[in-house]
Amino acid sequence: MLKKIIFKFLNLSLIFTYSAQSAESGGMPQLNPEFWISQIFWLVLTFGLLFIILSKFILPKISNNLETRKSQILENIETADKQREEAEKKVKEFDKIINDTKVEAKNVFNSERQKVLDDINNKRLSLEKDIEQEIIKAEKEIDQLKKTSQEKVTKIATETSSDLIKQLIGEDINKSSLSAIVEDLSKKEMEKHNGI
Amino acid sequence: MAANPMYQFNVYRIGPEIKINSIDISFTNASLFMVISSLAILIIFNLGTKRSIIPNKIQLLAELSYSFISKMISDTAGSKAKPYFSFIFSLFMFVLFCNMFGMIPYSFTVTSHIIVTFVLAAFIFIGVTVIGFIKHGLGYLKLFVPSGVPMVLLPLIVVIEIISYLSRPISLSVRLFANMMAGHTMMKVFGGFVVSLGIVGGWLPLGFSVALTGLEILVAFLQAYVFAILTCIYLNDALNLHH
Repeated sequence: MLKKIIFKFLNLSLIFTYSAQSAESGGMPQLNPEFWISQIFWLVLTFGLLFIILSKFILPKISNNLETRKSQILENIETADKQREEAEKKVKEFDKIINDTKVEAKNVFNSERQKVLDDINNKRLSLEKDIEQEIIKAEKEIDQLKKTSQEKVTKIATETSSDLIKQLIGEDINKSSLSAIVEDLSKKEMEKHNGI
Repeated sequence: MAANPMYQFNVYRIGPEIKINSIDISFTNASLFMVISSLAILIIFNLGTKRSIIPNKIQLLAELSYSFISKMISDTAGSKAKPYFSFIFSLFMFVLFCNMFGMIPYSFTVTSHIIVTFVLAAFIFIGVTVIGFIKHGLGYLKLFVPSGVPMVLLPLIVVIEIISYLSRPISLSVRLFANMMAGHTMMKVFGGFVVSLGIVGGWLPLGFSVALTGLEILVAFLQAYVFAILTCIYLNDALNLHH
């Protein structure tokens, strides 16, 4: 195995020296002037043609393409900006409309409520007036009734008592003294009644 | 011969020999891959020019590369460098595609040849210098006189600045060429190890090969990016004269 490796190394170094020698013997082909003129001629020809075609036909087209793309992109950005502004304006308008309608709705609601409240108040007031009038009327009636009822009661009491006495005793009694007694009694009764 | 890791950089004629006034300009494998790279760039980016607001995949690729390089230029060289956009775009794409096509096995890496990268770098160097002198006149020479340097050190600094300026094309070209060549040579060497060590010992270099392939794809992109961004920086010096 070791022998093999040593052999390979020898072989390698041999090749190295061989190639170095052959390079030396052949020299660098670059320094051989045989084809220098030919190389210069073809270099000038091909590079010159390449330069002329590139600068006259191809590069202007590429730069033109780049320019148009740039301008188109700028244009697109501009229109996009414009449209965005428009959209923002529209949004503002929309908001304004919504706000306006909200305020209007509030106003309508308030005024309607006021109307309804007024109506209710009016009705209540008139109703209260009516009720008061009714109450006053009723109180008056009650008062009158109270007065008349007492008189009537005393009258009836006088009459019944005179009738009773006539039937019991069989003769008429002075009406005025009777009514005085009845009145006195009823007054006592009333006082008793009202006193409690 | 295939075991030679430098063999892959050989340039050979494809088709007939073309000569103009005894100057050989024959179509070679290097020319073939230059043509393939250029055509690939043109096809891909032409497919990416469709007029649609929502891009498809190829269009997205083209537009992303466009804005990537446009951003790179405006970051490093400012807005004054806009007229040079198509040149830097072509340069970046050409170097990138040449590097990437070189990653296909048995293909040829155009940018692994010093002459190719040097011609590109020299053209950039001369162009940048010419632009600098046109924009600032002789005032462009102020580039070599940094502000805020003590008078005693000034002669030394000016000499250093001039040397560094003149070595720009060399450093720019050698960086790309050496990276490409070293990477591809290394992959070839490890590939050779896999074959020679066989089924027993070949697994380790095979793993290395896989990792190196990933690294080389990264380097292919990175070197194209560095090449383009250094061009932008040189252009920035010529246009804005910061010193």
